[in-house]
Amino acid sequence: MAKIEDRATRSKVAASGLNDDIGEEMRLRLFRSQFLLRQAEQRAFDLFLQNLVKGTSHLSLGQEAVAAGFACAMKPGDLSFCTYRGHAHTLARGVPVEKVLGELMQRDNGLMRGKGGSMHLTSAEHGVMGSYAIIGAHLPIACGAAWRAQYKGQKDVSVCFFGDGTTNIGAFHEALNFAVVWKLPVIFVCENNLYMEYTPIGDVTSVKHPAADRAAAYGLERILIDGNDADAVYRAAMAAYEKARAGGGPSLVECLTYRHSGHSRADPAKYRPEGELEKWKERDPIKIYRERLKQFGIAQSAITAIETEVQGIVDAATEACKAAPMPPLDILTTDVYADGGFAWRN
Amino acid sequence: MAELTYRDAVARGIAQEMTRDPDVVFLGEDVGKAGGVFKATVGLYEQFGPLRVRDTPISEQAILGAAMGAAMTGLKPIAEIMFSDFFAVCFDYIANEFAKSRYMSNGQLKCPLVVRTGNGAGSRFGAQHSQSVENWCMMIPGLKVVAPSNPRDVIGLMAAAVRDPDPVIFFEHKSLYPTKGEVPDGEIVDRLGSAAIARPGKDATILALALMVPRALLAAERLKAEHGIDCEVVDVRSLVPLDTQTILGSVARTHRLFTVEENPRLCGWGAEIVSIVADEAFYDLDGPPVRITTPHIPLPAADILEDIALPTVDRIVERVRRSMQS
Repeated sequence: MAKIEDRATRSKVAASGLNDDIGEEMRLRLFRSQFLLRQAEQRAFDLFLQNLVKGTSHLSLGQEAVAAGFACAMKPGDLSFCTYRGHAHTLARGVPVEKVLGELMQRDNGLMRGKGGSMHLTSAEHGVMGSYAIIGAHLPIACGAAWRAQYKGQKDVSVCFFGDGTTNIGAFHEALNFAVVWKLPVIFVCENNLYMEYTPIGDVTSVKHPAADRAAAYGLERILIDGNDADAVYRAAMAAYEKARAGGGPSLVECLTYRHSGHSRADPAKYRPEGELEKWKERDPIKIYRERLKQFGIAQSAITAIETEVQGIVDAATEACKAAPMPPLDILTTDVYADGGFAWRN
Repeated sequence: MAELTYRDAVARGIAQEMTRDPDVVFLGEDVGKAGGVFKATVGLYEQFGPLRVRDTPISEQAILGAAMGAAMTGLKPIAEIMFSDFFAVCFDYIANEFAKSRYMSNGQLKCPLVVRTGNGAGSRFGAQHSQSVENWCMMIPGLKVVAPSNPRDVIGLMAAAVRDPDPVIFFEHKSLYPTKGEVPDGEIVDRLGSAAIARPGKDATILALALMVPRALLAAERLKAEHGIDCEVVDVRSLVPLDTQTILGSVARTHRLFTVEENPRLCGWGAEIVSIVADEAFYDLDGPPVRITTPHIPLPAADILEDIALPTVDRIVERVRRSMQS
């Protein structure tokens, strides 16, 4: 993994997993969540190879710990704002696998019945307030949701996930300044997977750690964590939620991680140096967490039971989606306006 | 009934809605303590306080993004973008985000917000602070677009926009801010998607929007007095939804159509209306529809140049007369 230089972070990472502050119940949740995201994303990839997932898709294989760690730290009512690489963050909020795979397969059982697609997964009832495919757009939007909570005296917190590439777009900087000045209950989570799309983020960024090294410019604490360790993510998330709920304003968290696949389905990721992927796979978040569970004395049978259950869910969802009809053609023109239709004239 | 400026009508319209509904909030650059750079929001900060009237940094993306996030989750924000030209730096929200989120989410998300902005020429501000950009917004599915021409409509359409469940772009014309008009007392609530016949007439229909409405009215007076041509002036008011019934009805009576548009010629709102009339009322027409627009140019700063760029009363009179007498 990338070398973490600052002492505070190194000690946090080193300590990760050695504390028993998380507890068995939450650890099993963290494992189950990560395993489900892995299985569902792998299945999405397989279905793409079978030409059953159409359009584009951006997988989070290898980045599951970030989605699982934050989602497990959320309370019901907390809001998630995701990017086009949003399958994992959507699933982590408890959205049924069938609904997500159905959308990827453009079926009528999909979350948005095929009208949004892979890049725009939304499930308002689960607090997933959209997945945004224009880099940086959702950071200000998350600020707005947080402003509403602040204005109405509601206790929910908005979290916004984005990649390292987002730190170089204007909306990132506008949102950070805005959130700090208004002291909004919002958490900005940068998943630094080392590559913008095809270009290494370090080649196009003025600082080494694209989010963490910019925190000081907005008067924020520099937070850089091991994004492949779900415990480290969970702890950082809990701290950020606590701060936001206490009226302490926003946090910016940079999670170091790595995507096992290319940027999108069109990308075989040949630009990566030889051996890099293999090295990161040794730090596969799911592998790390299986070992972590064993370290804490959790029986292999309990782990296997979770894995079997999750595989069953993903298999059943796959079959349900394959059997699901395509959307009816009349939804082409629905929900453009609030009256349900698309009329622009009388 | 009281006489009010267009500028004061903006503040009154916003105040009317903020008084009615505590979920209505207002944000923008210099809108609060300073009362707005055009002084169109004077008094709101004092009346509603800093939690509801919020000054923002010069961050147009943050302004519109925050308005969207607040609207999605239960507030009814009014966001100001100081000059409509600045839409270009936050156009993602207008074109990609709040216009499309309802559709992309299959109806799960809503964005009941209003973006109000200073539009149009006449201040000698040059090419980046003078444009009429209503056509930038008119073409985007999911948006509603209005542009009032007088103080009464400012209040009524503001109320309709705030109460509407869809995102509404509200174009205020900078050169109309000092103009005055009679405004009834009490609450005023208008309806989006309704044009108004500003002057009845029988010989020709002139469609106009915002600053072009008073010019079209002056031109109609002169056409009648000097040439005996009796023009009906229709204030389009709302581009989306578009009140085609009022427009087609007027054309059916007068048999001639003129549009007076401040936007540069290509893809101006009048082009769409002319196309609708050609499709649906071709045999009502006694002559070719004529568009009177700003040429296909950026706007110049010098007053003598800006003045001849926009449709003037003289140009409207001359163009209508020539067409009607040929």
